[in-house]
Amino acid sequence: MIVAERKPLDQILEILAPFRRVLILGCGGCVTVCLTGGEKQADELASQIRLAAKQKGLHLMVDVDCITRQCDREFIQNLKADPAKYDAVLSIACGVGVGFMSELFPKVPVLPGLNTTFYGANVASGIWAEYCHGCGDCVLAWTAGICPIARCSKSLINGTCGGTNQGKCEVSKDMDCGWLLIYNRLKELGRLDELRKIRGPRDWRKDRGSGVRRLTHQELVKLEEESKA
Amino acid sequence: MTEPVSNLQKALEAGQFVVTGEIGPPKGTNIGPIIHEAEQCLKGRVVAVNVTDIQTAVMRAGSLVGCELLLDHGIEPVFQMVTRDRNRIALQSDLLSAYILGVRNVLALTGDHVAMGDHPEAKPVYDLDSVGLLQAIANLEAGRDMGRDAKGNPNTLDGTPKFFKGCCVTPCAEEVEPQVIKLEKKVEAGAQFVQTQAVYDPATFERFMAGMRHLKVPVLVGIVVLKSAGMAKYMNRSVPGVQVPDAIIKRLAEASKEDLKKVSTEIAARLVREMKPLCQGAHLMTLGWDDLVPGIIEQAGLA
Repeated sequence: MIVAERKPLDQILEILAPFRRVLILGCGGCVTVCLTGGEKQADELASQIRLAAKQKGLHLMVDVDCITRQCDREFIQNLKADPAKYDAVLSIACGVGVGFMSELFPKVPVLPGLNTTFYGANVASGIWAEYCHGCGDCVLAWTAGICPIARCSKSLINGTCGGTNQGKCEVSKDMDCGWLLIYNRLKELGRLDELRKIRGPRDWRKDRGSGVRRLTHQELVKLEEESKA
Repeated sequence: MTEPVSNLQKALEAGQFVVTGEIGPPKGTNIGPIIHEAEQCLKGRVVAVNVTDIQTAVMRAGSLVGCELLLDHGIEPVFQMVTRDRNRIALQSDLLSAYILGVRNVLALTGDHVAMGDHPEAKPVYDLDSVGLLQAIANLEAGRDMGRDAKGNPNTLDGTPKFFKGCCVTPCAEEVEPQVIKLEKKVEAGAQFVQTQAVYDPATFERFMAGMRHLKVPVLVGIVVLKSAGMAKYMNRSVPGVQVPDAIIKRLAEASKEDLKKVSTEIAARLVREMKPLCQGAHLMTLGWDDLVPGIIEQAGLA
């Protein structure tokens, strides 16, 4: 899932400063699961904004709405509020939701209430950790299911560097050395030979190196065209 | 066997026990003093001098300019290259530039993460890792770069470099097997010599050397000159894969301020003496105390 965290309230107030009527728009997808951008968080944020606006003497009117997912056109029809009636929409979806809503409501500024951080898993109650970088060229088959692109701070591909220390990364003693995890798991699986193979330089085009990425399912595109014809 | 491309390669191939030194370019433009120091203390005493590449990710003058100035002063440089700050285009380009300037030894390193340095907000590059950099160098030596022309064929070079290619390893890492596996890959990718991370424990180093004997690549054991007990303790706390034994820390702690350089020299010389039978050379990292090098070489019985 996509993990995101709330922007600091001060930053949100700064973003909203030019506007009077604001719709806070929650998303029922990933950000609901990681407890940052769902319906409940939209309500909480609205209360915080109203309170702060009152304390600062600002005239800010805030409403709340939430849809199943902000990254899919079909859920727009579930909107109870009309974004066009507001000066701005504060989306607390991930960046995808903010961007897609901006495209669907081009006349209203759609603003971000979250910082989108990573693709992660819920590893313990209240804790999400990064597992995938979305590099476009998955290597997990030979790294025992542990991603070196996401979990080595240097995204190295041929094994640990000299910065591995007591199982931790040189960047932080709270961060596991991804390559040591990979080494240990490969060893347990009897697959250390995978580590012995040289992995050649990566093709970073698949990882944003050649610009905006897109996925096209030709069959679906064709079906859509046929139904229109 | 092909002709050696550098004195370092020549000395190692001749089976001599080789000593290399190291300088770090300054933060600023005042590079005169370190070149002067190298001329006074290192020239004629060590076979080659490494020039660090933005060491510990602290912004400073580059390695290549240091290499060129050493060459101007008749000192053979080892061009250290980290993959942290440049992508494959810039790395290959700098390799060509280095060759044009007369640089013949290259040490391929990954490089400390930007988080370790004084510009932690910078974007780390790591387009290649150290293995990829060695592959890139071997490619250039074969007259190609890593790119392709419009027809999809490898680009060919107008003039081909030839380097003596080195790499690094951490012999005293807690988990040594991953280090050895990576070293195997570096050698497969073309590494011809190894300069190690600092070693203070000959017994651990002996075990490491036994574990990598199959690679048949010359190893220069790394010695970082210890300037104080505080520095030794700091290294134990903060430098991965470096463990200074208590006995050495005690000697430093008991030394008077006037005696510190003398004691530091003795410690380094003794380590070199003890590990000489295990390896093919020593890489002395003096962190500015270049004036210790003549004493270390002499006391290690290498003069």
